[in-house]
Amino acid sequence: MSATLSTTAAVATPTRLEILAQAVAAALPGLTPVANHTGELTYEVPANELKAVAQVLREASALKFEMCMDVCGVDYLSHGRDEWTTETATSSGFSRGVARGAPRAVALAPGRRFAAVYHLLSISLNQRLRLRVFCPDDDAPMVDSVTDIWAAANWFEREAFDLFGILFKGHPDLRRLLTDYGFIGHPFRKDFPLSGNVEVRYDPEKGRVVYQPVTIDPRVLVPKVIRHDNRYDPALTNAPVHTTSLTNSDG
Amino acid sequence: MAEIRNYTMNFGPQHPAAHGVLRLVLELDGEVIQKADPHVGLLHRATEKLAESKPFNQSIGYMDRLDYVSMMCNEHAYVMAIEKLLGLEPPLRAQYIRVMFDEITRILNHLMWLGAHAIDIGAMTVFLYCFREREDLMDCYEAVSGTRMHATYYRPGGVYRDLPELMPQYPYSQWRSKKEVDRLNARRSGGLLDFIADFTKRFPANVDQYETLLTDNRIWKQRTVNIGVVSPERAMQLGFSGPMLRGSGVEWDLRKKQPYDVYDQLDFDIPVGRNGDCYDRYLVRVEELRQANRIIEQCVAWLKANPGPVMIDDRKVRPPRREEMKGDMESLIHHFKLMTEGYCVPAGEVYAAVEAPKGELGVYLVSDGANKPYRLKVRPPGFAHLASLDEMVRGHMLADVVAVIGTQDIVFGEIDR
Repeated sequence: MSATLSTTAAVATPTRLEILAQAVAAALPGLTPVANHTGELTYEVPANELKAVAQVLREASALKFEMCMDVCGVDYLSHGRDEWTTETATSSGFSRGVARGAPRAVALAPGRRFAAVYHLLSISLNQRLRLRVFCPDDDAPMVDSVTDIWAAANWFEREAFDLFGILFKGHPDLRRLLTDYGFIGHPFRKDFPLSGNVEVRYDPEKGRVVYQPVTIDPRVLVPKVIRHDNRYDPALTNAPVHTTSLTNSDG
Repeated sequence: MAEIRNYTMNFGPQHPAAHGVLRLVLELDGEVIQKADPHVGLLHRATEKLAESKPFNQSIGYMDRLDYVSMMCNEHAYVMAIEKLLGLEPPLRAQYIRVMFDEITRILNHLMWLGAHAIDIGAMTVFLYCFREREDLMDCYEAVSGTRMHATYYRPGGVYRDLPELMPQYPYSQWRSKKEVDRLNARRSGGLLDFIADFTKRFPANVDQYETLLTDNRIWKQRTVNIGVVSPERAMQLGFSGPMLRGSGVEWDLRKKQPYDVYDQLDFDIPVGRNGDCYDRYLVRVEELRQANRIIEQCVAWLKANPGPVMIDDRKVRPPRREEMKGDMESLIHHFKLMTEGYCVPAGEVYAAVEAPKGELGVYLVSDGANKPYRLKVRPPGFAHLASLDEMVRGHMLADVVAVIGTQDIVFGEIDR
């Protein structure tokens, strides 16, 4: 059990979240929640156990997650990587501080790049839960489809396939959903440029709309900065943050 | 007798009943739908990817453009997600203002839906009536934010500014007679709250008018009763939310079940349908108009009695006031940093959901501790509804497709994002 849950466990009446965590622990002994300071329960499930876990979450009497609200692809490629090194760049100026694609301090472990995140809701018991499944293979990310457990996952999985290239094994109709007919690539991957690769224009000679490589350069308007703010120190944020308001340090 | 075969028909994307840019590929047997395949994405603008390249506050305006008939509700989900990550609690007055504008938005959305749904099925007059009331609510948006639709009014930690003391008035001009201008300005003599209070007094009678036109109308009932029936179990399986779920008889409303802001302190009822057809969903939404009006009345009363701050007093999130900035070095630095870099949000992930007029609008936000979201995912209610279109229209006649699209309250800004 995470620090968030165990610190408040001493209180006489367990909170709804703790009851749910206990119910999950009873039904699925292998799962441990991921630490989170926002008062939500997240579980990481190995890709090969997803369907079994989903089935239990849907059927078990203390869980009853009869609704799958959302399936969301996430690409962790540049997670925790900033574009502006705040420690050293101040002397050399702002514009030169932008370092796109700077090497990351810790290399991304294989099988930790693509994840499918499921948001489940139980209407009968009024509780929510989040599942995260990392795809074991970074080059051909694949997880099992849960469409036969929750029909709502159908289009959400199509979207995740379209935008991230995550393949859902057993999906009845895994076509692209949001991008153009004949689109190449998966646009929400972190290595896909924001400006895209192709643009369209009307060609008067050919008398039709044609595709051509983009004519704009990608640029960073506001560099991504990660500041190590001690107000959000992990040791402090493990306490349930929502009950304590931030101190107004200076103003 | 001639041989009759199935044929495929294209519907949209420029069909007036397609509610924007829906392209449907319909497989028909005579006039009966065998299969409907919606092609979406014609309005895909990659809002979520754009948000990844901007500081948190700069994406609030994009949220308006998701579901562009219920603007402030989208903003609400987004700022709530940021607030949960930052651990902020907005002042009570800001929470009341947000709830009031959420409900104004709900009325705006349901009026748009009612008018469009009715005109799709063939009732022209309702459309005109609905837009009459929408105009007043648009004026509320304009008074508080300066724009009629894309308000960008909510902020993490509160709202951008307090409600105006004076409602803007129409000027005299050669285009309108003096009498007409005076009539228009009569309701605008006080502040915004007076204007809204006046609206809430008039509005129930207006809802009666719409109901007179539709509720017992024989044609309306012929077109909606027993069309697109969804059982409660199936509705949950398909991920329905909002009036689509309640129309099927499931009593579920986030405002009651997982209350956010001050909804737990307000008195209102949740209408629930019985048969799960288009007619029940119509009744649910019309009753929601009345309930939203009730909530607005309570908010107006509270806001009139309780002045106070509308934004959290935290310089790390909220830019300082202009006059402070001119004389105080600290404030100038804070202003500069907030405008050029924004604020960093602690690493973590959060899912914040609001009961938007169309259903559960959720924002899933992953932060890696930076000044921009690492991943933003909007969970649009209409997405799950449209995904079930095939199931809902199968076996119905071609004309019923329009009724089902109407009842789903489809808006492509949120589905395509």
